[in-house]
Amino acid sequence: MTRGRLKTIADIRFALGAAAFLLSAASVGPVPAKAYDTAAERPKSRAEWKAEYVRPATIPFPADNPYTTEKAQLGQFLFFDPRLSGSNHISCATCHNPSMSWGDGLPTGFGHNMGRLGRRTPTILNAAWLELLMWDGRFESLEEQALGPMGAQAEMNQDLSLIESEIASIPGYRTMFNVVFPKEGVSLKTIAKAIATYERTVVSGLAPFDRWIAGDENAIPVAAKRGFDLFSGKAKCAECHSGWNMTDHSFHDIGLPDGDIGRGNAFPANPKLQHAFKTPTLRNVARRAPYMHNGSLPDLMAVIEHYDKGGVSRPSLSDEMQPLHLSEREKQDLVAFLETLDGEDEPTVMPRLPVGPGIAQLRTAD
Amino acid sequence: MLKFRNTVLPALAGIALAGPAVAADYTVTQKNKQFDKAELTVSAGDAVRFVNQDDHAHNVYSRSSGNTFDLGLQDPGTGESVVFSTPGTVNVRCAIHPKMKMTVTVKP
Repeated sequence: MTRGRLKTIADIRFALGAAAFLLSAASVGPVPAKAYDTAAERPKSRAEWKAEYVRPATIPFPADNPYTTEKAQLGQFLFFDPRLSGSNHISCATCHNPSMSWGDGLPTGFGHNMGRLGRRTPTILNAAWLELLMWDGRFESLEEQALGPMGAQAEMNQDLSLIESEIASIPGYRTMFNVVFPKEGVSLKTIAKAIATYERTVVSGLAPFDRWIAGDENAIPVAAKRGFDLFSGKAKCAECHSGWNMTDHSFHDIGLPDGDIGRGNAFPANPKLQHAFKTPTLRNVARRAPYMHNGSLPDLMAVIEHYDKGGVSRPSLSDEMQPLHLSEREKQDLVAFLETLDGEDEPTVMPRLPVGPGIAQLRTAD
Repeated sequence: MLKFRNTVLPALAGIALAGPAVAADYTVTQKNKQFDKAELTVSAGDAVRFVNQDDHAHNVYSRSSGNTFDLGLQDPGTGESVVFSTPGTVNVRCAIHPKMKMTVTVKP
């Protein structure tokens, strides 16, 4: 996992360009014989598609919340600390569980008093690269998002007007905040900044797919390579699940039959945003069942069957959604490809949280 | 309060006006899921015309206080103007493709 060295975007672009040059020199995959009028019309070769998946060299951190080791460590403490919830029982990690690829393996999660939530817990893997957070894109930054579930009654149910003094009453935290945020100490803003910094360090590890992209032809089975061609071509997955993080960051209605209108709640006048949800990453996807914003599809084959059928026909349905007419072998090849996206994630060292005074006096909200 | 070069209109906050009703001071083009400029500086009261020259529909909007607007679904080949009435920084995005973004700086 990379951390610390902050190269400019220009450096990352150079690395991507160099990699693309090297990969385009390799001759692999089908090249159509038909002549096309322009380069833009010609379907890409496998080598050209592969060039789009090179992993970035560094993690991006915003200028107003740069990375330091101490800040990320403090953020990890807070991320795993159930005292950030009203019940003192739920932490961020309760739902974003590192042992389950930073999700919870449920169709939809549970919040305060075991209330059922409306949408599936997203993974926080690779969140550093996301443009907007949440299935409906309502948060613009990790800093903004961190306080959302914390204060939400249905989720962590923490009274945000009390959390600063609760954290500041714990000597270990007071010290850490004074070191990391010397002018500000404990505040909602610094709590969020620390958590966001830690979250940015959670990156999906190197996967067999990445080794194949880097040039190791033995890294993935032949079926998975056929699956990659389908992913890029006939099955149209790469129309939305594009790039190394397998997301275009955009909002699409993929025709699932439920009443949740997703981003349409915030943009009621836009017919194309009704039932539209953010394209999630596919990193570690084989470990992160069930699938979709409502966890309604139990396994990867069910996902492929859904796309093969084309989804519920309605005005908002994404233009890319249509019946695919995949053969059984093609469906299996797609599953084989998706399984190669499992990364060797860095194991998480569980933090020893600072002890507070009077644990018996911890307030619990009802 | 909105101001125009040739017309006087009642006070409206950050409203978008369609087509040729307003002579735009600036034009921003949408193509390849990007704005043609990352930054634009205007004066309060200036109109910016957002033109969709892309293959996809877009939905340009901003939630920045004082200059909120939402152009709704904008088909390729169409353009709509927005008047930026309040000095400040305006973060503009496409609601469908959020990586498509730019900043408008409104000077007094």
